[in-house]
Amino acid sequence: MLPRLGPPAAILLLSGPILAGLAGTILPAFGYLPALGGQDLSLEPLRRLAAAPGIAGSTMLSFQAGLASAVLSLGVVMLLVAAWAGTPAFSRVQHLISPLLSVPHAAAAFGFAFLIAPSGLVARLLSPEITGWQRPPDLLIVNDPMGLSLIAGLVVKEIPFLLLVTLAALPQVPLARTRELAASLGYGRIAGFFCCLWPPLYRQIRLPVFAVIAFASSVVDVAIILGPSTPPTLAVRVIGWMNDPELSMRFLASAGALLQLGITAAAILAWLVLERLGAIVLQTLSIHGLRLRRDGALRMLALALTLAGALAVFVGLAGLALWSVAGLWQFPDALPRGVSLKTWVATAPRVAEPLATTLVAGLVSTAAALVLTLLCLMREDETGRRPRRAAALIYLPLIVPQAAFLFGLHLLFLLGGVDASLWALVLVHLVFVMPYVFLSLSDPWRAFDRRYEAIAAGLGKSRLETLWRVRLPMLARPVLTACAVGFAVSVGLYLPTVLIGAGRLTTITTEAVALASGGNRRVIGVYAFLQMLLPLAGFAVATVVPALLFRRFRAMRV
Amino acid sequence: MDHRGLRLDGVRIALGPRVLIDISRAVAPGEVLTIMGPSGSGKSTLLAYVGGFLDRAFTASGRVFAGDLDLTALPPQERRVGILFQDPLLFPHMSVAGNLLFAIPQSLKGRAARESLAEEALAGVDLAGMAARDPDTLSGGQKARVALARVLVSGPRALLLDEPFSKLDADLRLQMRRLVFSKARDSGLPVILVTHDQADAEAAGGAIVRIGG
Repeated sequence: MLPRLGPPAAILLLSGPILAGLAGTILPAFGYLPALGGQDLSLEPLRRLAAAPGIAGSTMLSFQAGLASAVLSLGVVMLLVAAWAGTPAFSRVQHLISPLLSVPHAAAAFGFAFLIAPSGLVARLLSPEITGWQRPPDLLIVNDPMGLSLIAGLVVKEIPFLLLVTLAALPQVPLARTRELAASLGYGRIAGFFCCLWPPLYRQIRLPVFAVIAFASSVVDVAIILGPSTPPTLAVRVIGWMNDPELSMRFLASAGALLQLGITAAAILAWLVLERLGAIVLQTLSIHGLRLRRDGALRMLALALTLAGALAVFVGLAGLALWSVAGLWQFPDALPRGVSLKTWVATAPRVAEPLATTLVAGLVSTAAALVLTLLCLMREDETGRRPRRAAALIYLPLIVPQAAFLFGLHLLFLLGGVDASLWALVLVHLVFVMPYVFLSLSDPWRAFDRRYEAIAAGLGKSRLETLWRVRLPMLARPVLTACAVGFAVSVGLYLPTVLIGAGRLTTITTEAVALASGGNRRVIGVYAFLQMLLPLAGFAVATVVPALLFRRFRAMRV
Repeated sequence: MDHRGLRLDGVRIALGPRVLIDISRAVAPGEVLTIMGPSGSGKSTLLAYVGGFLDRAFTASGRVFAGDLDLTALPPQERRVGILFQDPLLFPHMSVAGNLLFAIPQSLKGRAARESLAEEALAGVDLAGMAARDPDTLSGGQKARVALARVLVSGPRALLLDEPFSKLDADLRLQMRRLVFSKARDSGLPVILVTHDQADAEAAGGAIVRIGG
């Protein structure tokens, strides 16, 4: 009976806040917001937006960031998979990269910033011997006006995401046989892969690519940390307007959020054009039978780029950890003079409350997402149908730019007097956690051998008992992994937390990003380290608990 | 009429316009009804229908009785028809005894009583002393025997066999056949066997119904 309610509840919880939020964004963008005196529809907010100084630059930056990070990260993933999929080296790269997915964007961005800044780790390692710098050079590397470091920071974080979704789709194409066939026709590994396997593979990962574009074109936390400040990207400016004490700025903010929706849509449209061009190029290549037999250099390049990206994140995170315990650390010393826990001790009292909020929001939203996901999947078993349209809906929160509907939702919560309540926060986190929990649990759930259920039923067990004592224990590992993914997503959420928490409910992530402008690397190190530690702890639990529970049973090991 | 036999009353299963099975038969306690047919003929759907987990893609009608009880009116877990597949499908997260204890009806109270029944059932399939083992460490033949013991301790009204011997090698197959049929006879269970192996059908010794070609 209960599973019947799963899909409608999921649809309501996912699309309800988004639709309500979009309405709450669009109406004020056209001047309608009675609570603030906006009684009539007008184009005034949009006019003010058009007149805002530097708005064209901000818009362009957002568009650029969205498109460029998708092109670059997909490019690297595409090359890597084409060159290496199916080899032992590939599975090693895969193991190296998968943990990166759980690192919150803000933590990775901080690490990256600490790495490439003029006084960052790279400069320290090269100085003074190679560069001759005795003091940090006066260069604008982080926050550069072109947004290049923003794009680079996004790319290193999106590569693991796209690689993992590609890996999930890979078993659906006949990799080994096609590789042999292409090779026997004289094709190089990369050319053979692109001609024979890429098109069906790409079709599977198209929505995640759109999600990357939507995220990168509207991201706030990474843009605050790495992006330009004169002017900043559109989303960053909109949040500034939203937080302006002058309430009439809300109209401008809503107009900006509407523009954000347009920018993301434009970036996705531009991507569709690129898709077409790519298809034509690919077709031309295969018509002419371009074999690219000697692609060794290109293969190495693919590997090098991927590893460089992963290394940047790892070293950056290590740098963060080091800063959090660093004593005196002068430029150009590669290492601090001493280590101490002083920063941790000093920060600890302030960390407790945001940490508690982070844990509660993460755990509750993940638990709710798990229950909803299970109900939906059980309903799927009952009906034997996998509703395609509803599946697309799962991606909705990942494809509609956060800024576009969260501003409206914030406004609605504000008018309803439930802003800054823990329940509102949990609800908004659920919107973003649910898709990831569903996506990571659905494949293992569907792969379960349902004859086990037939046997249990034959033994007289009810459906609930079968679920509880057979299916869930047997799927303990994927279930807990899905929860760890959901928890990691919740921990990393910045904009939803900042807006719905309205500055009164803070999490580790919002606190970390709030510190960005202050530039106290030691304190940032503490927060960013915690930020990366929490998801890690989740994954550790997901690994250790099933291993302990079922340590006696060989078939339950991985 | 015997109260414990199994009776298929006008059971008809179709996939779209194609009728796979149309059968009315009675199976007395301890007797085996064998359904033979090539793979893809839909013979397993009959077992799924009797057990209550037929895929919705099929349309089915007709009733199945255990004695006077209309099984088709009951949800799967109340039909109590035990099933053996070609894979033993032991629950990998439970010990051998755990698999059996899970199967013993709740009406048998008391941990000691339940455990001794499990131990007894294991001894009955020549697996005495294996209770604490991890099922994954057993041989193929041992797993098949645990699966048999598991279904027997659940006190089923009937036994459904879905090509249960097809994955065993020749020696084991012979032993297993003998064991399964003698156990079913001893317990007075009506059995429906689905197979494409003529030797299975002969060993079963009961009526044979051929479908699909």
